[in-house]
Amino acid sequence: MTQPQPPAGPAPTALRLRGRARRRAQRVPYALLLPALLGLTFLVLPLAGLLIRAPWSTLSQQLSSSQVWDALRLSLVCATAATGLSLLLGVPLAWLLARTEFPGRRIVRALVTLPLVLPPVVGGVALLLVLGRNGIVGRWLDAAFGITLPFHTSGVVIAEAFVAMPFLVISVEGALRAADPRYEEAAATLGASRLTAFRRVTLPLIAPGIGAGAVLAWARALGEFGATITFAGNFPGQTQTMPLAVYLAMETDPEAAIALSLVLLAVSVAVLAGLRERWMSAP
Amino acid sequence: MTPHALDALLRVDRPAFRLDLALTAAPGEVIALLGPNGAGKSTALRALAGLLPLTTGHLRLDGTTLEDPAAGLHTPAENRPVGVVFQDYLLFPHLSALDNVAFGLRCRGLGRKPSRAEALPWLERMGLADHAHTKPGALSGGQAQRVALARALAVRPRLLLLDEPLAALDARTRLDVRAQLRRHLAEFEAVAVLVTHDPLDAMVLADRLVVIEDGQQVQSGTPAEIARHPRTDYIARLVGLNLYQGLADGLTVTLSDGPSLATTDGLTGPVFVAFPPSAVTLHRSRPDSSARNVWELKVSGLDLHGDQVRVDLTGELPLAADLTPAAAADLDLAPGSTVWATVKAAQTHAYPA
Repeated sequence: MTQPQPPAGPAPTALRLRGRARRRAQRVPYALLLPALLGLTFLVLPLAGLLIRAPWSTLSQQLSSSQVWDALRLSLVCATAATGLSLLLGVPLAWLLARTEFPGRRIVRALVTLPLVLPPVVGGVALLLVLGRNGIVGRWLDAAFGITLPFHTSGVVIAEAFVAMPFLVISVEGALRAADPRYEEAAATLGASRLTAFRRVTLPLIAPGIGAGAVLAWARALGEFGATITFAGNFPGQTQTMPLAVYLAMETDPEAAIALSLVLLAVSVAVLAGLRERWMSAP
Repeated sequence: MTPHALDALLRVDRPAFRLDLALTAAPGEVIALLGPNGAGKSTALRALAGLLPLTTGHLRLDGTTLEDPAAGLHTPAENRPVGVVFQDYLLFPHLSALDNVAFGLRCRGLGRKPSRAEALPWLERMGLADHAHTKPGALSGGQAQRVALARALAVRPRLLLLDEPLAALDARTRLDVRAQLRRHLAEFEAVAVLVTHDPLDAMVLADRLVVIEDGQQVQSGTPAEIARHPRTDYIARLVGLNLYQGLADGLTVTLSDGPSLATTDGLTGPVFVAFPPSAVTLHRSRPDSSARNVWELKVSGLDLHGDQVRVDLTGELPLAADLTPAAAADLDLAPGSTVWATVKAAQTHAYPA
């Protein structure tokens, strides 16, 4: 083991002032720098590999098939619908968790976050048991309204929302907890009911948090695979989203899989770049 | 006597704290709740606003009962004719000054345009018409305070509550805003209750002070009465008086813990004796003056207080004395040094307890 190096002697004042920022950067310990660089490589290299091995010459041909664009369109539509559903149900749920006291609130909160850690395939199985044609609720939905969710586009939305909504709830609940509840009290003293206060004061205050949560949920829904394939199946044009198409293509036509992956990567980068300024940088 | 516009008995039980305060006020009256931190001022204000339910007691405003726990009645904050100016104003950061003022009117069912039209004159009254479309983040502290006042007044409350209305302002702004606030409160025709720990704010703004300590009223009266006749150490310190309690027998008051004081007010029975720190003279050695109130004391602290040096003394009769910096230097005062303090009987003031 080496002796710790004594700190360098004081530099001449002028040099010290000029070099302050640089010296700070130089002081990063190797024990942190090396794993950090390794981590960066680990995250970036696979993406680079995707770009390097992409069949650039046949790419246009690969992407000309209507199946690709069907899958992409379906992915975007379903992820957006799932995000909408998550917003509709998740924001009030987050409000309930952050702003009210009721017995078992902690348990409810734990249940809400369960899909975060649950393997998505298990989520898909669970959804089938409840909403499937013979499921507890699904049977009744089928009999009463003729609604069948599994193996249908609406099933994709349900599966994606199931997996993505916790991200939104957690994000919005955090924003609500950070927002000063006294603004709601101020609104109340001005005659606002709780609903009005929520709509006109709280929602605008937590808009950045809702936006960030929606982006997270949308991204999670776009990449959803396990719950979707289990609950909604893999029917091209109807339930075959991009991740499913990529996985299937991998078995038959790896070049097509790479092409599809590139499209997904491009969409992800575009979304991140488009929203970063508006949401991600919000405090 | 006219019926009280405000008639409240505020009792709130919390773990380790109890508020028990009776408050009444006539229309147009401005009442200041004055007290140290943790005395229950803010609790009282929140209870009046309906943000905190009473444990027992009642709250009546203009003859209407708003809260009566015994009858199971609790009017929620949004249904009370009460306006609140919060300590840090709590202006909605996403709305312009005008929309902040219009907020309450919109909650009362007015449309966007009419509510703005009605809100604008309030901003004009506050001299803020030019800032109608400014967001709160771009307003100065004094401007934000006036927007908050306009917002509270725009719904024409029958009870206006102000929580430390000047505490968030710097000393310079404070003077201006205090004068303006005084004018607006004087124009306000219903009851106003303001909470403050600053005696100057309370005395300038209020018609009547209610001093609370540990959740209970310890004294109430006009600012002049309270300044002349403080009844607790807290108020005496606030108004800058040395205050003692004792038993008077003619011109001598024997204090509960031993020493006696000579006064010129002939009283008998329990009394308070007060004298200002400026009435105290300090000497390096025992003086042979005619003063009958002479004590040997120890300096426990020195503090610059305006252009005077405030000397805190402990010993037989703990007291505060004010000296000029020159006199303090002449006496060579330092914490721990011993001095002789004298007070002329004519400069003390005794009044029945």
